[in-house]
Formats: sequence, C-alpha cells, structure tokens
Amino acid sequence: MSPSVRLQEMIRVIRSARTQGEERGIIQRECADIRAQFRQGDNGERSHSLAKLLYVHMLGYPAHFGQMECVRLIASPRYNEKRIGYLGAMMLLDEKQDASLLITNSIKNDLSHSSQYVQSLALCTLACMGSAEMCRDLAPEIERLLRASNSYIKKKATLCAVHIIRKVPELAELFTPSARTLLSEKNHGVLHGAVVLITELCKRNPDTLDQFRKTVPELVQIMKGLVTSSYSPEHNVAGISDPFLQVRILRLLRILGHNNDTASDAMNDLLAQVATNTDSSKTAGSAVLYETVLTIMDINSESGLRVLAVNILGRFLLNNDRNIRYISMTSLQKIVQTDHNAVQRHRGTIVDCLKDQDTSVKRRALELSLALVSAVNIRSMMKELLIFLSFCPPELRSQTASGIFNAAERYHQSFVLHIYLDVHLSQAGGDVRDETVPNLIQLITTASELHCYTVHKLYRALVKDIAQQSLVQVACWCIGEYGDLLLKGECEEIEPLQVTEDDVLDALETVLQSHMSSPATRGFALTATMKLSTRITDNVDRIRSIVSIYGSCIDLELQQRAVEYNALFKKYDHMRAAVLERMPVMDKNSPGYTNGDTPGEIKEPDTSKPKPVEAGLLSEPASQVCDLLDLLGGTDTPLQPSPAPTSTPTTTSSADLLDLLGGLETPHSSTEMQKHCCVYVHVVPTVSVYEKNGLSLKIQYDKQTETEVTVSLIASNSTQNDITSFTLQAAVPKSVQLQMKAPSGNVIPAHGLGQVTQTVLLNNPNKASLPCFRFVQLSFLLNLSALFMHKLDYTFIPPTGQP
Amino acid sequence: MYGVNASDRHSCSWLVSQMQFMLLFSRQGKLRLQKWYVPLSDKEKKKITRELVQTVLARKPKMCSFLEWRDLKIVYKRYASLYFCCAIEDQDNELITLEIIHRYVELLDKYFGSVCELDIIFNFEKAYFILDEFLLGGEAQETSKKNVLKAIEQADLLQEVRRLCFLKAFRGQKHFAEQYS
Repeated sequence: MSPSVRLQEMIRVIRSARTQGEERGIIQRECADIRAQFRQGDNGERSHSLAKLLYVHMLGYPAHFGQMECVRLIASPRYNEKRIGYLGAMMLLDEKQDASLLITNSIKNDLSHSSQYVQSLALCTLACMGSAEMCRDLAPEIERLLRASNSYIKKKATLCAVHIIRKVPELAELFTPSARTLLSEKNHGVLHGAVVLITELCKRNPDTLDQFRKTVPELVQIMKGLVTSSYSPEHNVAGISDPFLQVRILRLLRILGHNNDTASDAMNDLLAQVATNTDSSKTAGSAVLYETVLTIMDINSESGLRVLAVNILGRFLLNNDRNIRYISMTSLQKIVQTDHNAVQRHRGTIVDCLKDQDTSVKRRALELSLALVSAVNIRSMMKELLIFLSFCPPELRSQTASGIFNAAERYHQSFVLHIYLDVHLSQAGGDVRDETVPNLIQLITTASELHCYTVHKLYRALVKDIAQQSLVQVACWCIGEYGDLLLKGECEEIEPLQVTEDDVLDALETVLQSHMSSPATRGFALTATMKLSTRITDNVDRIRSIVSIYGSCIDLELQQRAVEYNALFKKYDHMRAAVLERMPVMDKNSPGYTNGDTPGEIKEPDTSKPKPVEAGLLSEPASQVCDLLDLLGGTDTPLQPSPAPTSTPTTTSSADLLDLLGGLETPHSSTEMQKHCCVYVHVVPTVSVYEKNGLSLKIQYDKQTETEVTVSLIASNSTQNDITSFTLQAAVPKSVQLQMKAPSGNVIPAHGLGQVTQTVLLNNPNKASLPCFRFVQLSFLLNLSALFMHKLDYTFIPPTGQP
Repeated sequence: MYGVNASDRHSCSWLVSQMQFMLLFSRQGKLRLQKWYVPLSDKEKKKITRELVQTVLARKPKMCSFLEWRDLKIVYKRYASLYFCCAIEDQDNELITLEIIHRYVELLDKYFGSVCELDIIFNFEKAYFILDEFLLGGEAQETSKKNVLKAIEQADLLQEVRRLCFLKAFRGQKHFAEQYS
C-alpha cells in the first residue's frame, strides 16, 4: 500500500461524516492517533501522520501540536519526510511562531545539500515564510547560490533573494552585483527571476535604479527576441512567447524609463513594435498589451506612441470581454489627467458602462465619468450621473453623490441653477419664495452658458401657469433679458419650440392683465416688455402700444414706469438701446439668506455607520447648497459644519441629495429666524416662540387673574417624522411659581397631523414681581434618533407687565 | 485592516506588487488549498478566507473576474466546481494573474490527468507540491510548463526511491507486513 492511502482513507472517512458533530468526533480520534504516532518517535509513520494533520488543519481544526513534528521531520535525512515537513512548516509555522527559528539551521544545511530537490525545498520554504532574522542569517547562502549553481536552483535562489529584500531592505546591496550578471542567462526561469529581482532592487534605491538603467538596451534585446522569435512550444501561450517574462520586462522598463529621457528613447521603438504586433485575441496577448500601454504612459514617450497607447485602450473599451473593458477603464483612469482630450473621445462608451451589470465595472465607469466632467459637458454628464445615482448599487451611492457635489463645486453656479430648473420646476407647484427672487436672478446672470436653456425653461413654465408670483417674476425678468435667445428657437438639451415674438408678447401681456398677478409682478412684466423692444424686430409697435396703455394705469408704480418708458420711445429713443442693454453679471453680496444666527448646539447621536462622506457632503459646499436650499424654499437652517440633517432622516446620502434637491415640500409657517437676544413682546393671543427644524412652538394666552396667569403651549410638527421626548426648560423669578401640567400627548405627530398642548400656570402670590417666565432650553428627539437641543432665550410677559 | 497593508511593508509604495495569497475553494465554500505569501495569524487568515469566499461566491456568472476587496485586487476564476482566487496588489497586472491561474490549472490537469476537485481533495499535498514548483514567494519561478512537470516527476521519483530504500531496512518488522504496490 502506498503511503498516501492511509491519508486518503482518513479523508474518505471524514467526508462520509453526515453531521458536524460526527466529523468532530472522527477528527478527535484521528488527532489522538496522530499525537500517539508523534510520541512514538521515528517509525516511518511520521510523514503520514503529519500529512493527516495538515488535512485536518485545512478543515479548520487546531493543529499547533504538529509544529514541533514539522521541525523534526525537516531535520530528517529522508526526502519524503523532509518534503512533508517543509510543507507543514509553511502551513503551520509562520514568522510569528517561535518554532520557526528552530528550522533555520535545517534550512541552512539543506541549502547545501547534494540533492537539488532538497535544496529546492529549503529555498521554497525560506521564500514563503522566512522571517527577517532567518533572512539575515541565510542571505549569504542565497547569494552564493545565485552565483554558482545550476539554473534549477538559480531561479529559486533569485526569488528567494527577492523575499529577503522585501523583509530586510538593507540586504539589497548584497544581491546587486549578482543580479546584473543574471540578465545574460538564457534560461527563462532564471531570466524571469532576475528581472523580478532587479525590479525589486530598483524600487528601493534610486542609486541602484540609476545603475540598472544601463541594462535597458539588454532588456530591449531580450524583449525583441521574445516578440519576434519563431514558435517555441515550451514557452508559448496562445501565440505569445512567454507572456509572463514579457510582462515583467515591460514593468522593469517602466521603472527604468520613468522620468528619464535617455532610457525612454531607447525603448521607444520596442514599445511601438510590441504595441503593434501583439495579438490581443486571447488574454495572454491582452496582458502584454496592457502592460505595454501602462509603460508607454509612465515614461517620457513620444506623442505618437502615447496616441497609439490610448487607441489601444479605446479598442479594449469596445472588447466583448468584460475583463478587458474593466482593465481599459482602470488604465484610462490613470491617464485621464494627463491625456484628458484623448480620453474624452471615449466618453460615450464610458458612460454606457455605467449601465453594466457588474459592480466592479460600474465603479470604474463612475470614477472615470467623474474625472471626465468638464465645463463643456457638465450638463449632460450631470444628467447621466443623477440617473445613475437613482439606480446605482448602495456601495457606490456615497461616492456618486460626493462626486456630483465636487463637480458642482467646480462649476457650481450653473449646476445649481440647472438642477433647480430641471428637477424642481418639473415638480408641481415650484415653490419659490419672495426673498429668493433676487438670488435666483443673480444666479442666472452668472450662469451665462445656461441663459438660453434657462429662458426656454422659464418661458414654458410661464406659459403653463402664472399663479406662482415669484416664479412669474423671475420668468418675466429672464424673458426681458434673454428674449432674443428665446426667439432663436433652438437650445441644447430641450426640445425645440418655435417661439414667435407675438407668443412672447402674449405671455407677458397675460401676466400684465391677469388678476392673479401682484403689482410687483406686473412691474416685472412691464419692464420685460419694454426690454424686448430692443431685442425683437417686428413687433416694436405692439410694445409701444402696450406701454402707452399703462400710462394711464391706476397702479401708481406701473403708471410711472409706463410714462417713463413712453418717454424712452419718444424723446430719448437714441438712448433706448443703451438703457435696455443686457445686465452685467451681478456680484453676490452678503448672504441674502435670513439665516444669520447659529441655533446653539445641535447634537446628534452617532447612528449606525455615519459615513464620513455624508458629513462632508452636507458641510463642504455649504454655500452652494445653501443657495440650493434657499432656492427651493427649503428649511430655515443653514447647513452647519456638524453633520446634522435638517428635516431628513439619516439614511444614505443619495436620499439626502434627492431630498435636498426636491423633497422639501414641507409647508412652513413663519420663516423668520428667532434672534437670540431677549425678546420682550407684548403678548398677542398666540405668539410663536420657536420655529425651526419643522417644530413650531406657540404660546396661547388663556386667562389671567390677580395671582395667576394661565397660558397654553402648543407644539406642532411639520417634518416627516414624529417628534418625541420633547422637553422644555423654563426659568422663573424667585417669587413666581411655575407649574406645568401634563401635556396632551407624548408624541408630536409628523406632517402637522396633530398638536400637543400643555397648560402652564404661573403663580404669583405676592403680586410683587412680574409673572413672567423665560424659556431656557428646548430638546426633542426627531424620528427617535436625532436629538435636537436648542438654547433659547425667550421671555414671556403677560400683558399687564412692563418690560 | 485585513491582509498586510502594502504600503507598510515596502519603503516606497510606488509600483508595489506582490501576490499576497491564493485560495482554492468549492462552490459550497469549502477550502481546498490555501497558500499565504504574507505573514498573518491563523485568526486573520480564517477571517479573510471567510469573507473573501462569501464575496466571491456572491458574484454572478457573467461578472468580470476582478474585484476590489479591502485594499487588494482579487482575481478569480471558476474551473468546474472549484474557484481559484488570487489576491494581488495595486500595481499588479490582473490579466497576467489570470494567466497564472490558468497555468496552474493546466499543470494540475497534466499531472492528475483530467483533474477534478476530488483529485485535489485526496491529494492535496501534491497540489501544494505542484504549486511550489510553479510559484515561489508569490512570483512565477518557471514559465515553461514542461519544466515544472519534469521537476515534479523527479521529486516524486526521489520520494518513492527513498521510501523504498527506507522500507527495505525495516523489512521483517510487524508494522510493515503490508504489500507495497
């Protein structure tokens, strides 16, 4: 019976176990058996026992008691025992175990063994698990073997040297001389090892790198030999002669040619030859081509060569093999900064890859797409990326969102505007607040490349509905300013619509005449009509007549405007064109947002895995996103550097983003922020104390007697989530007693579906001091997770009191 | 941090490249071979194996052979019922790693004659011996298929010869009454 049978018998028995418990029982028995065998000493069975133990180890069971046996077997004179002993050492011992040091001596002896197969075992083990100490001890031996041995041993010694250098970089000098001579070997194995060794040496020491640059011609020769050689069956893989060696040489050439003109020149022709002649129909050829492209891009190659490389990558991008497409995008990513235009040519294909089934490919396509965003293609790219964001796998979402925002930061104004026009206007009832009209107009003026798109979009919105005053105002203003662009008819990214001058004037007149239009809006419309007089050609008379009609309008403002415009037509016609010229870009002055104050501490407990990207997402482009929120009529709070979501729950950042973009339809009552100084107010029946984050707190004055004041606190919640654990701390003067009755409920339901009322009694028996109280702190839990705490400073005084 | 961080081990992280480990496992996730080229504790190895096996088994058939995992690149390919999985570092060439995997499979195939998973289960030590003749310290040591197989053959022969010599010396002892083929 050959020895393996015992091992195989055991394996068969273990595999036949029907349950985990049964298997464990078998393993226990076998291990006991093995232990007994080990104790018996040398009996010819040890190697079988160790082999069995190694199998058990692979199944995941503990096998540390076999470590010493490995040491003993390695020291045995018998080859079969050494063989399994060394295998055991590689599996059970690693440099962290003390026992590993014990084999150093055996390895040393075996390195000079008469049999090359024994030497091979020692070399293999050293290269696999040799610790730094072992390496130091044995380095001279390895160096000797590098120089004087047969090719079988030389190739192994070379790779062993690589391992030694990785573990003990200072020993690199020891191997440098021999490495040079190894390049003249004919044996592919040795050559391959030599190239790996030289690569390792060059990586660690710039002086060595200089030294080895002289080998470039030699390396080029070797490569040429491989590329042009006749069919060699021994090394041939799918028509490529020794692709492993070719790839390693190319990588070494990359290191040697990097930042060095002479070396790069010397390899130029070769690279061109490899790039053109290598057949890439199979993986082996593609691997070589891939390495070639990487090398070309990393050295100082001629522009023609670079073009060749990018073309190869472009071809890869269209390959049917998904692996090749993936590789291509990886490489394109590396060169997208330096050869931007070349990569831009493939943008379409890359964006298509966003739809690939494979997440790895998607990730690559995403990174590349983000890198390809430029001022020219920002609109279409943003569209694609936003679509991608809604369908992409969760692990890519934060990267996508932050990429979009980074792009927004670079081209921010236009992007914000574009998103607004695209996403928000398309929702029913675009909710533009009064204060945002000037902001929006300012934004529009700066986004010059979007003027055409903007005016088209706003015109269409105007034609549909003129109820939203602010929107109508902005639309009128745009039409007045950019009417000529509107009349041109076509615009990128929007279906062409023929708009005649009459159509435009009709729209403006409708606004002027509608009873829905506020006086301010009509003012906008009138001015816009006037501006159009210099931007249209045929219907100037119509404008003249409109303007003169309003000269007798009841509304004073409109009348004044009309009279002045009339004068422009009559007496000052020569100035009309200059007066009605395009407005210059407006500077953004101090924030037009009313959010000047900080609302005290906003603490949020760490919910599960708050992604740091999300925090950055919300805080970094704070000013731009503030613009966005403002435009959208969003919450009152500016985004703080702390990662506090406003009225959105802490879900993934895409939800945040989409919410920021359009989900904030929650109605808000009064919008003014509370100023944080003491506010003494004369009490009106209901006064608002706190109006933030969707929580609204009012005081209702109920009744007052000589010694008692009763008020009700009414809390309502307009966010999407319930508010719980609502607490309010108030302070009173010493002589006043504050009694807060039980609230009507513990939970303030979302969406304003209900209110919680709490009666508060102020007892002032002495009638001496003011029966006032001061709110000090407010805290509540939103959605059971986000804790909001605000310091308040609001004093309530009943009507009879004096501040 | 799983695996050995590449930038920790090398003084210059530019062009760091090494195969960190190779795993063979079945479609049920049973480990058939594990070769580690970086020093890790048993516990870490088990954790990495468990997570990586799960990740790879979750991949759909038509997906690409490369994936990013921790800070490593994973190259894997399924041959019949076995997954061959290599972890390489940032600058390594994924396509040539696929070729390395393929070469190893060819070697096994030649050695065992139409290799199947059972061969690797029942002769796991031989699978290791073959791997150790092909790769050394994570790098290819011999690029000729013929030479690798020849070396294995010779080593096997040496093992047999030595064993027979040794057993002759023990002739007569009860322990070794069995016949040898």
